[in-house]
Amino acid sequence: MKCHPCIPVVAAAALFCAVSAGLPAAAHAQEGDKPYTVEGGKVDQGTYNGFRRYHSICHTCHGPDGLGGSFAPNLAESLKVLKFEEFIGIVAGGRQNVSASSESVMPAFAHDPNVMDHIQDIYAYLKARSDGVLGRGRPERLAQK
Amino acid sequence: MTGKLKASLLAGVVGMAMVVTSGQATANDELKKLQTDPNQWVMPLGNYSGHRYSPLDQINKDNVKNLKVAWTFSTGVLRGHEGGPLVIGDVMYFSTPFPNIVYALDLNDNGRIIWKYEPKQDPNVIPVMCCDTVNRGVAYGDGMIFLSQADTTLVALDAKTGKKVWSVVNGDPGKGETLTAAPLVIKDKVYVGTSGGEFGVRGHLTAYNIKTGERVWRGYSMGPDSDILMDPEKTTHLGQPVGKDSGTNTWEGDQWKIGGGTTWGWFTYDPDLNLIYYGTGNPSTWNPVQRPGDNRWSMTIFARDADTGMAKWVYQMTPHDEWDYDGVNEMILADIDVKGKATKALVHFDRNGFAYTMDRTNGALLVAEKYDPVVNWATHVDMQTGRPQVVAQYSTSQNGEDVNTKGICPAALGTKDQQPASFSPKSGLFYVPTNHVCMDYEPFQVSYVAGQPYVGATLSMYPPEGADHLGNFIAWDASAGKIVWSNPEPFSVWSGALATAGDVVFYGTLEGYLKAVDAATGKELYRFKTPSGIIGNVNTYTHKGKQYIAVLSGLGGWAGIGMAAGLTEDTAGLGAVGAYKQLANYTQLGGVLTVFTVD
Repeated sequence: MKCHPCIPVVAAAALFCAVSAGLPAAAHAQEGDKPYTVEGGKVDQGTYNGFRRYHSICHTCHGPDGLGGSFAPNLAESLKVLKFEEFIGIVAGGRQNVSASSESVMPAFAHDPNVMDHIQDIYAYLKARSDGVLGRGRPERLAQK
Repeated sequence: MTGKLKASLLAGVVGMAMVVTSGQATANDELKKLQTDPNQWVMPLGNYSGHRYSPLDQINKDNVKNLKVAWTFSTGVLRGHEGGPLVIGDVMYFSTPFPNIVYALDLNDNGRIIWKYEPKQDPNVIPVMCCDTVNRGVAYGDGMIFLSQADTTLVALDAKTGKKVWSVVNGDPGKGETLTAAPLVIKDKVYVGTSGGEFGVRGHLTAYNIKTGERVWRGYSMGPDSDILMDPEKTTHLGQPVGKDSGTNTWEGDQWKIGGGTTWGWFTYDPDLNLIYYGTGNPSTWNPVQRPGDNRWSMTIFARDADTGMAKWVYQMTPHDEWDYDGVNEMILADIDVKGKATKALVHFDRNGFAYTMDRTNGALLVAEKYDPVVNWATHVDMQTGRPQVVAQYSTSQNGEDVNTKGICPAALGTKDQQPASFSPKSGLFYVPTNHVCMDYEPFQVSYVAGQPYVGATLSMYPPEGADHLGNFIAWDASAGKIVWSNPEPFSVWSGALATAGDVVFYGTLEGYLKAVDAATGKELYRFKTPSGIIGNVNTYTHKGKQYIAVLSGLGGWAGIGMAAGLTEDTAGLGAVGAYKQLANYTQLGGVLTVFTVD
């Protein structure tokens, strides 16, 4: 696929990749404190894509709508503390918490373009959930400008 | 494997293999006898035919109201407890979800632990099983217990001591290959499947020698004819030769190499025909636009020669899947009258919402009818071509990528999932645990990376329009293709059924009830609330002349992901979690065995 060669260089490369693939920058969530646009419950294309990508991969452990569970933490809560750089580091590198009473294993997604090419969007979606500006369920999309 | 072997050579090679194996094929006729003994429960589906039926009648429709708990046992494991216990002589055996502990319990001593086997597995297998980390049970044969570990290791344990006799690695969890299905023992071989359709693995059924663990054959679900163990001329699809390269020329390029078609359901066997029957799962990815073609032989019923693995016949139920309707559900082998004619039938309740009655000797399609009236993605199955007639409105392939196709029934969970049905030779009816759930489905582009999720769709699940329940427990006439009676259930029925000569049918519910109903009418005769939701399969046996009923509780599995994920808020519905949400009001996680009897 078009993004493969740059994926192993992890986070920054993946971000670059999304841009270099020729996608219009405006279609993606923006960086910064509020990397999303939510108006009247409707979201920008990037945040919507984040919802979609989250719910095809991450939700099996982290629960629907980022609410977490006994397999993995509530990300709507985690993102109140985690900064974007920490978030992307964990997604790319994974982490393990395995003991007699706990078996939590976060896989490393550094080589998965289905995650890393969309990591900004996934972050934007979860940040909107974390900030309490986006409710549960499939959001409506704002009209393309 | 023999990927480069020319198809023309295949028949000769298989012929040689037959000569070699026929000399050692009698090592385990023991099991063929044991499966007819109602006092024991020697394989997960009760017998080779997959009947989940017992001729025992001490517990019957008149006294089942007096059923009471005899003893219980905590498995010490959370997560979904699918499958169920075996009973061999005075010992009960069962496996747990990851870490896949095997227990041998002494029935002479209220379930005291004779031995316990706990494998050491790399926890990295957990997220590639996500979710849930289920295991559908162990197999018995030749004095050994066979365990399919999550990490694909197949282990043979001495049934008396729990000591490991041999083990063999069946796949690579690094590529997303895992094991959840129960093995099956036939003669001198033990058969195992694969899981990992959501990771782009290529499914197969593999036979190992029970004495040594040596691999005897492996038949893939797709690929070159020599990989599938398929003869272009002799293997048939609805009576016609399948033709050359059917497992590659129905795919674009080399997509068959990551084609899915995993084999995580149940295996049944006809000793007279010497055929082993099972179904294959969804083609990878869930985005149908990315994999044009019929994607043979995903979503297919296979009948293979048990000795050589050679496919005798196949039938693809859902060509070019667009909804994740895996074809892995059990193939029940029943000798019944079909449309007035005595038939060696195969009856299969597919995820896609159609119940198929076939002639199991040759793969002829006799009946294909909806077993839930809400099924809407296809109008009917064309009985000449065997193809479902897809309704354009519900075709996620025709609607295309990035479009959310709404109101498809059934949901990806299927009208029924792996939870096995029961057949009563006494009533002639099939008793089927079902889901009553619909979905929205939006496919989108996804890239393949080994060992990473390869899904490419988001789903939302919810009850059918106007429905206030998510499941039904039905009785089915496989000749007429009609529902005889149907009991609505608040949640999907995700527990394997058991019918007995006492004219009672048993099943569990997600809230945790073990229920007994009248086999003729479906009238509820008994219920008892066990400690957790039931997704395990009910069995029965006798000990010291007394009949018992046993079942594992332990909510989880696909149906219970919402609970396994520990959610408490309500929602309009997202994936399995949304639809099953209110379960949190009824039950919590926790593996417990409950054994019942009447005094």
